[in-house]
Amino acid sequence: MPLTRGDIVPKLSRCLLIALLLAAVAAVLVPPVWADPVQIDGAGATFPYPIYSKWFSEYNKLHPDVRINYQSIGSGGGIRQLTAQTVFFGASDGPMTNDQLQGAPGKVFHFPTVLGGVVPIYNLPGVDAELKFAGTVLADIFLGKITKWSDQAIAKDNPGVNLPDSDITVVHRADGSGTSYIFCDYLAKVSPEYKSKVGVATSVNWPAGIGGKGNEGVAGLVKQTPGAIGYVELIYALQNKIAFGSVKSFDGEFVRASIDSVSAAAASATAKMPADFRVSITNAPGKNVYPISSFTWILLYESPKDKHKSRLMVDFMKWALTDGQKFAGDLGYAPLPQTVVSLEDAALKKIKVE
Amino acid sequence: MSWNRLRRKVVSGAVVAFCAAAVVLALIPLGFILFFVIGHGLPALNAAFFTQMPKPVGEPGGGMANAIAGTLILIGLAAGIAVPIGIVSGIYVSEYRKTSLASAVRFSADILNGVPSIVIGLFAYTTAVLPFQRFSAIAGGLALGIMMIPLIVRMTEELLNLVPPTLRDGALALGATRARAVFTVILPAALPGILTGVLVALARIAGETAPLLFTAFNNRFWSTRLDQPIASLTVQVYTYAISPYDDWHRQAWAGATVLIGAILTFSLLARAMTRRLERMHRP
Amino acid sequence: MSTTGPLGRSSGEGRLFPLLTGAAAVLVPCLVAGIALVLWRESLLSIREFGFAFWRTSIWDPVAGQFGALPFIWGTLYSSLLALLLSAPVALGIAIFLSDLSPHALRQPLIFLTELLAAIPSIVYGLWGIFVLVPLVRRLEIATPAWLKGVPLFEGPPLGVGLLAASLVLAVMMVPFTASVAREILKAVPSAQREGAYALGATRWEAIRMALFYGRTGIIGAVMLGLGRALGETMAVTMLIGNNPRISLSLFAPQYTMAAVIANEFTEAADPLYLDALVEIGLVLFLITVAINALSRVLVWRVGRERTVRAGRPVPAAAV
Repeated sequence: MPLTRGDIVPKLSRCLLIALLLAAVAAVLVPPVWADPVQIDGAGATFPYPIYSKWFSEYNKLHPDVRINYQSIGSGGGIRQLTAQTVFFGASDGPMTNDQLQGAPGKVFHFPTVLGGVVPIYNLPGVDAELKFAGTVLADIFLGKITKWSDQAIAKDNPGVNLPDSDITVVHRADGSGTSYIFCDYLAKVSPEYKSKVGVATSVNWPAGIGGKGNEGVAGLVKQTPGAIGYVELIYALQNKIAFGSVKSFDGEFVRASIDSVSAAAASATAKMPADFRVSITNAPGKNVYPISSFTWILLYESPKDKHKSRLMVDFMKWALTDGQKFAGDLGYAPLPQTVVSLEDAALKKIKVE
Repeated sequence: MSWNRLRRKVVSGAVVAFCAAAVVLALIPLGFILFFVIGHGLPALNAAFFTQMPKPVGEPGGGMANAIAGTLILIGLAAGIAVPIGIVSGIYVSEYRKTSLASAVRFSADILNGVPSIVIGLFAYTTAVLPFQRFSAIAGGLALGIMMIPLIVRMTEELLNLVPPTLRDGALALGATRARAVFTVILPAALPGILTGVLVALARIAGETAPLLFTAFNNRFWSTRLDQPIASLTVQVYTYAISPYDDWHRQAWAGATVLIGAILTFSLLARAMTRRLERMHRP
Repeated sequence: MSTTGPLGRSSGEGRLFPLLTGAAAVLVPCLVAGIALVLWRESLLSIREFGFAFWRTSIWDPVAGQFGALPFIWGTLYSSLLALLLSAPVALGIAIFLSDLSPHALRQPLIFLTELLAAIPSIVYGLWGIFVLVPLVRRLEIATPAWLKGVPLFEGPPLGVGLLAASLVLAVMMVPFTASVAREILKAVPSAQREGAYALGATRWEAIRMALFYGRTGIIGAVMLGLGRALGETMAVTMLIGNNPRISLSLFAPQYTMAAVIANEFTEAADPLYLDALVEIGLVLFLITVAINALSRVLVWRVGRERTVRAGRPVPAAAV
């Protein structure tokens, strides 16, 4: 029977569906010609995602049979999936708490990978100068106690700047995040009221403001709302070309975030680095130290079930802590101090690889 | 013309104007959005986009080949789960429509249709990810399949009911059993419409992100294995869109354009099928 | 008439067919029950800790371990109902236009275009919302006259993000679903009804009104379908609503919905009580969806019953 016009559409759809089905089946069943590469899944912080994705890509070029698949679902997510053992390694901007370590099915080690800073971004049309923020001022703004840009507390640190009398719109993270953790960690150190009222965690009960989704969401909201203030990782502020202020360090000087000032924060910590590397370097003492800095960690089990993957992961870590560090600067991260790298090398030996 | 008649005519005219305005009102955001997405996405579509894997930040190029393949595999899995269950359930509900099981199925299908995709993702995470301690394409396919089932059940039932009773009577009169009558006469008659239903359902789930986040996860590499995480267009577009990098933003728009294009094709096909079906059944 | 067994088969019929098809059919209610069960089981910690106070409390503090779902329930219902109010007339207008009023040449292209609206993924709506809708809403908020600002419905700083922006994007997302189902319903109204109305001298509106009356059960169903979509919408809402768990009557205030909080905080929640509280919100959302579905079924059933009861008397074709 000849193909009539009315037949074409259903026949076409039928053909399309069969073709799709065949393609799906073929893709799944046809065995790969090359050796099946090992895939290691990891999940966690969004903050180091750019450099991790660079590392895993470069490492894969050097070792084509090792594929490390990392997804940035957030620091808490990384901890959770690691605990549930649905991923092989986790990544977090905030170290695991003692309770979380207890809850894990095995012993977990923290390995710092790079350093980064969290900066206060703002949108004040008409104000060109870079604003200076004292820690207590930031805490009071985010507590909702300082509500106008013209407030004395802000003006005191910014003499000569014509601050408008407009409302401050606070922008924070809606989703749980290590960036929030680092920011809250700093604010809790400089403001006892912030510590008791809000606390330090990846998700907190923000006393004021609106929530943006992801670093991008916060940056976007601040960019669009005149009079807004928020916080993002340094790279996001640089990439989005948003104005960010300098913050008063422990020693009393107003420091602007940069690779050098963030590295300086780490330097003060290396002297008394705890054995498990769980250290907070916010509000660190020292010259030209950026106060809202932090390590970011990769979390590994001491004795995972798959020893082959364990060995591969340890080899990767050794590469990341040495060759990998040279990629850090271009992407806006501060590389680890050499003393920390040496300590980590020793710690890596404790991971069971057979 | 009496006063009453004039009033009625004015009211009628006002309603007609309102309806026309409603159509225009709906088209405005559509125009905006399409202009926005395609305007940003089309320039970024090139051969590399369809053949390469994602590249890390700072490296130009890269594409979403794995995400496109992943989406195809995921909807293939979803269809594989939902179509058999959906069609056979639809047959039962249509054949035995007065039983309590049929009412239960109809009610459940409506509820399932209204369950938010994120809750279905939670369910799939708890049943298909946690016990096996891995994210996988199967878990993602399961989540999407669950979302497809109610649409297919409903479509199948309604279409089987629409088949003229004369067809059934004829088959039974010729001595066919119920099963044979359904599978050899009634179902083939309804098949074009059911196909439409499947296409519409595929279009709906192809654009879902939330249920895939905790199930299929995502995969930077090319993978077609069902027991491993797998990339998908929606999750990849989402990841790129919330990043700070312009290059990734452009790829996100390109991905969104491909997605809309694919969904459009499905919808167009479904529409063409429905028209043909109507022409067949018009009295 | 032969007897019918539990699966509906009549005596003398084979067992295999109803058994096999019934087995597939039974999977559907089992799935729904399974989802409810899993949601229940995974939120036990939170249920035991808070009980029914969970539905009444407004505090959401992950650090202190205090959880209450009221702000999210409020935000979900408020934004969805507002979106319903905005979208239903527009969707019905479109359905009427496409089924009754449009010139034949325009019909197919317009149908195609409305379906295109349904094809756009939620994430794209969210992004469009941030870049286009939010600035528009902010300008609208700034332009609100001062005397209106005193009303609780309009108070608050002009942020742009907030309930209004989220409801607007939800309304845009609901329109194509409601419109296409309503159009199918209107198309199914027998043409004899309309022709009868016109023959008796009805204006266009009066004939349409009669068709609407005839198909009112299906139209309610169509509206409910759109509402179901709005209740569960996640991505677009969380980008536009401001994500602030406060209960506020103001359209300009940032608020929060159940689906949005789950999407935002689920991957991060590492503490068992926190996780269970989030799953319990999923359970609450599920129950609300079930309730609305059941309600619409009762509405449809009751209205349908009225019609059959009155079918005894001849109903005039035109309701002039």
